[in-house]
Amino acid sequence: MQTPYLLFTLLILSVLAYFIGKRRSVTVVEGALRELHSLPAYYGYYTALWGLIPALFLMLVWLSFEPTWLAHQTVASLPEEIKSLPSSKLNLQLNNIKNVAAGLQVSQRVDPLIVEAAEHYNRLRKISNFALTLVVLICSLTGIWLAHKKISKDYRARNVVEKIMTGLMILASMIAIFTTVGIVASVVFESLLFFRQVPFFDFLFGLEWSPQTALRADQVGSSGAFGAVPLFAGTLLISSIALIVAVPIGLMSAIYLSEFAGSKFRNTAKPTLEILAGIPTVVYGFFAALTVAPFIRETGEQWGWVVSSESALAAGLVMGIMIIPFVSSLSDDVINAVPQSLRDAAYALGATQAETIKQVILPAALPGIVGSILLAASRAIGETMIVVMAAGLAANLTANPLEAVTTVTVQIVTLLVGDQEFDSPKTLAAFALGLMLFVVTLALNVIALHIVRKYREQYE
Amino acid sequence: MNTVTQSKPESVSRMKTLISKSMFVKPLNLQGEMGATVGSIHADNPRITCRNVNVFYAENHAIQDINLDIGTNEVISLIGPSGCGKSTFLRCLNRMNDTVEGCRVSGEIKIDDFDVYSKHLDVVPLRAQVGMVFQKPNPFPKSIYDNIAYGPKIHGLASTKAELDQIVESSLRKAGLWDEVKDRLDQPGTGLSGGQQQRLCIARTLSVEPEVILMDEPCSALDPIATAKIEQLIDELRQRYTIAIVTHSMQQAARVSQRTAYFHLGKLIEVGKTSDIFTNPLHELTQDYITGRFG
Repeated sequence: MQTPYLLFTLLILSVLAYFIGKRRSVTVVEGALRELHSLPAYYGYYTALWGLIPALFLMLVWLSFEPTWLAHQTVASLPEEIKSLPSSKLNLQLNNIKNVAAGLQVSQRVDPLIVEAAEHYNRLRKISNFALTLVVLICSLTGIWLAHKKISKDYRARNVVEKIMTGLMILASMIAIFTTVGIVASVVFESLLFFRQVPFFDFLFGLEWSPQTALRADQVGSSGAFGAVPLFAGTLLISSIALIVAVPIGLMSAIYLSEFAGSKFRNTAKPTLEILAGIPTVVYGFFAALTVAPFIRETGEQWGWVVSSESALAAGLVMGIMIIPFVSSLSDDVINAVPQSLRDAAYALGATQAETIKQVILPAALPGIVGSILLAASRAIGETMIVVMAAGLAANLTANPLEAVTTVTVQIVTLLVGDQEFDSPKTLAAFALGLMLFVVTLALNVIALHIVRKYREQYE
Repeated sequence: MNTVTQSKPESVSRMKTLISKSMFVKPLNLQGEMGATVGSIHADNPRITCRNVNVFYAENHAIQDINLDIGTNEVISLIGPSGCGKSTFLRCLNRMNDTVEGCRVSGEIKIDDFDVYSKHLDVVPLRAQVGMVFQKPNPFPKSIYDNIAYGPKIHGLASTKAELDQIVESSLRKAGLWDEVKDRLDQPGTGLSGGQQQRLCIARTLSVEPEVILMDEPCSALDPIATAKIEQLIDELRQRYTIAIVTHSMQQAARVSQRTAYFHLGKLIEVGKTSDIFTNPLHELTQDYITGRFG
């Protein structure tokens, strides 16, 4: 049986096991459910888990060792002259065998030796597969049978099921943590490769970014300059513009929605605001590139300013609009979470609404507000599509928002799009940029957390 | 008098069924049975006068035709079963009901001859003049000092730091909290015990020099010792302020107030001297309530 079918069969078995276990628990006490230690459903879950988890585990182990075993067996059957090849060539042959076994046309004429080995390989695979099916099903049925036998009126099925569920939850959280660790590790590893070719401080403090490297000695083209400062300056510029737009608008709309607006208006306005967050960034991107950027350029020209057709201002403005809902919606929620009793206290002292909001509600809601701004900031820093379309690719080191700039994310995209060799500094630079971006956002988080802890007014 | 207090068992049970029914139907059902307020609604030296006060929460007629005077330097306690409208009435006196969506108030409430619900009145000075202490202690999540200083600051009562310090100290002294907190004024007010928090809230109310203090079950979240301290405080404060207190504790009402008003299902049933209400209630409902037969 193929693996998906086997999985499906296992699931069906465990669903059956659920009903078997549940029925069994009821018959054990002859319908007097009060005498059972746990609810019948728990005996069902218990039986089902016994039918599922050991079998799944066995399957996982089997499938992870199967390829090694198959390769080993196949190699063992090969004649001595191939077996004695160096391991890299042997692997090549093995790949050939696997391709032939899978029915892929490798080349016009195939060594009969290889064909024979491929047939052997297929036979082995069939055997392994059959054995796997058999073993897993037996394991599952045995599990169900054991669990079924164990059910009695005093058996604490609930406790066991709860323990297993706790274990599953721990596993789930571990997966998230280990994935993060894995991502960081891979980025760090690739970055180290990059820093072997480009000095760390040249990257960090270099003022010029021009990642094109010549492939051949006679090619025109720069030798490559990997100064990240223009990219970070561009990111900073665009993100600042976005936050300058989003924070006041978002915060003020949050205050209006939570403190002044009637519930009817609030119930329609809030979801409408949140729609902004649902617009794909590509749509924002062409809005920025086709509507906002030309508008800014024309307006600028009327005033006699030189505005490039792709400007940081256009990208920043549109990005600011995009992140408004992050600020407004979250801030609105935390402002609403400030207890009414604090408002009452301030009003009863004769505070005006403005005084109450400024001096009582906002300080109490500060951690959440900072959190929302931070979330918006990390969205702005990580945003790619709008910037690709509206801000351009030119790595200018400038503070003038009317010029074209580029950002870290845009450069990562352009470095990795298309056919790449994964050992050139041009490609590896993307990982170094990613690492820097990660470090910067992490630092931002830590700083914000510190600020929140220092100034928060805990109301509970 | 005796004939009224010795109500017959049948009439009590009839009243009970009526009440329990009316809880689920409309408060108006009892109108015929109860009629107008019993006892004297007038105070000797009235500071607050309420005439025909009605409050609606959307469609719900929360309190009906209340007429009541509250005298200067008097503590009046408002008692009655939960949901009878005594807190609602209290919150009318400094227009805290304005913050409740869908709340309408009609009738006339005058404090020192100015109309609380006049269109020209600004609620900000009103609330500074009519302070309020809430059921659950609600100190600001700020330092003890800032909790007290907040009111004087927003009303510009102190021009120098020294004056502000002076106000903070005197308010805390009046609330009997100074000795307990004088060494930790910079610590958060939320870190105090429940009784201390409530006295902090009273001190905060006193800091803006109100003339009337409204208390909405100020001791319901406190232990007996803290309650005793606050009751003693209320008695001291009476010399300077007019106080209206909502309470569920009959003993508390008897201990701290000079007059008592009994509310039932949005109506003011009986008002009188506290000693009279607790010894010789005129109305059946009042008697049933204070003797613990319902409520």
